Amino acid sequence: MFSWDLLANAVVAGVLLGGFYAAVSLGIGLIFGLLDIANIAQPAFVILGAYAAYVMNSAYGLDPILTGILFTPVFYVLGAVVYRVYYGSFERRGEESLRGLVFFFGILFIMEVSLSLKFGVDYRLVQAGYIGKSFELAGVGVSFRYLVPCVVGVAMTAALYLFLGRTFYGRAIMAVSQDQAALRLMGANPVQIKTIAFGVGIAAASLAGALLITIAPVIPSTDRDYIGRMFAITVLGGMGSIGGTLVAAIILGVIESLMATFFGPSWSLAVSFGILLAALAVRPAGLFGR
Amino acid sequence: MARTLPALGVGVVVVLAGVALATMRVNPYLYFAGYVILQYVVIATAWNILGGYGGYVNFGTPAFFALGAYTAVFLIRSIKAPLPLLIVAGGLVAALLGLGIGYLTLRLRGTFFSIATLALSVVLQTMIINWEYVGGSRGISVIRPSGPPFGNYVVFLFTVMLGLAVVAVLVARFIERSWIGRGLAALRDNEEAAECMGVPTLRLKLFATTISGFLLGVAGAPFPYYVTFVEPNSAFALDYAVNALAMPMIGGTTSWVGPVIGAVLLGTTQQLATVTISSELNLLIVGVVLVAFVVLAPEGILGLVRRVRGRI
Repeated sequence: MFSWDLLANAVVAGVLLGGFYAAVSLGIGLIFGLLDIANIAQPAFVILGAYAAYVMNSAYGLDPILTGILFTPVFYVLGAVVYRVYYGSFERRGEESLRGLVFFFGILFIMEVSLSLKFGVDYRLVQAGYIGKSFELAGVGVSFRYLVPCVVGVAMTAALYLFLGRTFYGRAIMAVSQDQAALRLMGANPVQIKTIAFGVGIAAASLAGALLITIAPVIPSTDRDYIGRMFAITVLGGMGSIGGTLVAAIILGVIESLMATFFGPSWSLAVSFGILLAALAVRPAGLFGR
Repeated sequence: MARTLPALGVGVVVVLAGVALATMRVNPYLYFAGYVILQYVVIATAWNILGGYGGYVNFGTPAFFALGAYTAVFLIRSIKAPLPLLIVAGGLVAALLGLGIGYLTLRLRGTFFSIATLALSVVLQTMIINWEYVGGSRGISVIRPSGPPFGNYVVFLFTVMLGLAVVAVLVARFIERSWIGRGLAALRDNEEAAECMGVPTLRLKLFATTISGFLLGVAGAPFPYYVTFVEPNSAFALDYAVNALAMPMIGGTTSWVGPVIGAVLLGTTQQLATVTISSELNLLIVGVVLVAFVVLAPEGILGLVRRVRGRI
């Protein structure tokens, strides 16, 4: 017996989830999509952001999203440092592809293991006024713990879009992704611009992590679930297209939600990776490829 | 070919030494730990055939390893197959997957290939989780056959794994010194240029992914009998992916000796750290050592040795 109610609920939940996925994928969209740096450690930074929100929430009762915003400068500096190490060790020597990938994989692993040494493998969650509340709209339930991250995610997408298109540094980042040599001829320093872009990408992970722990409890190995999602969304969205990232995130959210509703949640993870494999194999340029 | 015979001789001696060690009555934990280290020799060597010689970074090691292990589980449950059959079947099924990712390299190079292999591992794990016959997410316990040919069963498995490690290393050594190795090195350095010079890049890549997959599956096939309880999280552990990468990187990726050195060093360190400190900490050690080597000594231990020799 097919239920339209169930379908409507699943689609709405999927769209809300998609807004959140967009927030998670923006950082990698910037770093991998525009700068071509295969930062596999990005999900680990998201989890770090989630744990920062958890610590501030359990110690001082701070709102997770506020914590996420407060910690962006810290993450920005962290990202800038990581990029400098990466640049000095690999990019300058022209060895970035193979060894750089291994470097980020090592960082991912170190961060995950460090978090489980510090916090153990228990699920951690946060408390906030809006978590657990929901309202109903024409028979479709909407819970605030999904709505708030979705709204923040869409706002982050808009902010990044405006940053890249309207500000001086944003345009410089777009320029560096198109032609580094030309940028150098214009008298700008591509390394400095890339440091800024990488920092912004990691700073986005701080807020994305706060949203993640708002939606669901987190353990250190949660990062593995998001590796596939992030790259699937970035590739599907067309490598560095910010609008495309949002569209791809919502598509993935809806498909996952439908799968979870009609086939059971254990299949939903395979969807993102399946889409990633299919997108890579059939159309690597993505839906909105340049 | 003249140097292949002595190498085979050395291999036979190593296996015989292992059998001799197996008949001695030393601390049983040594066999238990030795098995894991030898298993990593196979895994690191197999990874290096594709990653080190061919330059394609495979993050999907757990997929191949677990495919070998679960093929074994399936055959044990359905027809109670003997160990040699498990090893061959596990290898063949993983080799098929290897052939599949070999065709993937037609469209995906560099980073994209690596991300795809990572995705492959998760997709496969989801399928296993949803397959009740081989235990699903709860896992399945496997009963070892009674009466191994000699010693107790762990000692027997240790010897078997030693044999597999010797075979894997000999295969890698053979590939490295034949035209296949030179062809792979050419496509690692510049695939387009190699193709233009008439190197059959696709055939070489298919060969490398298939043989690498085969050996990874072989390493996983005895796993059910070793642990006696198989569940997806341990069979698909990210540790295999990191170790498969870290060991050749630490030893040196250009020669067959590199993965062996890396596997023995890192494997032993991990075993010691697990016993004396904690199992979480030993993973941290792997991560830190991996990053340190990639940043500071990209050529691995072999590269360091070469540099020291060059100075003298």
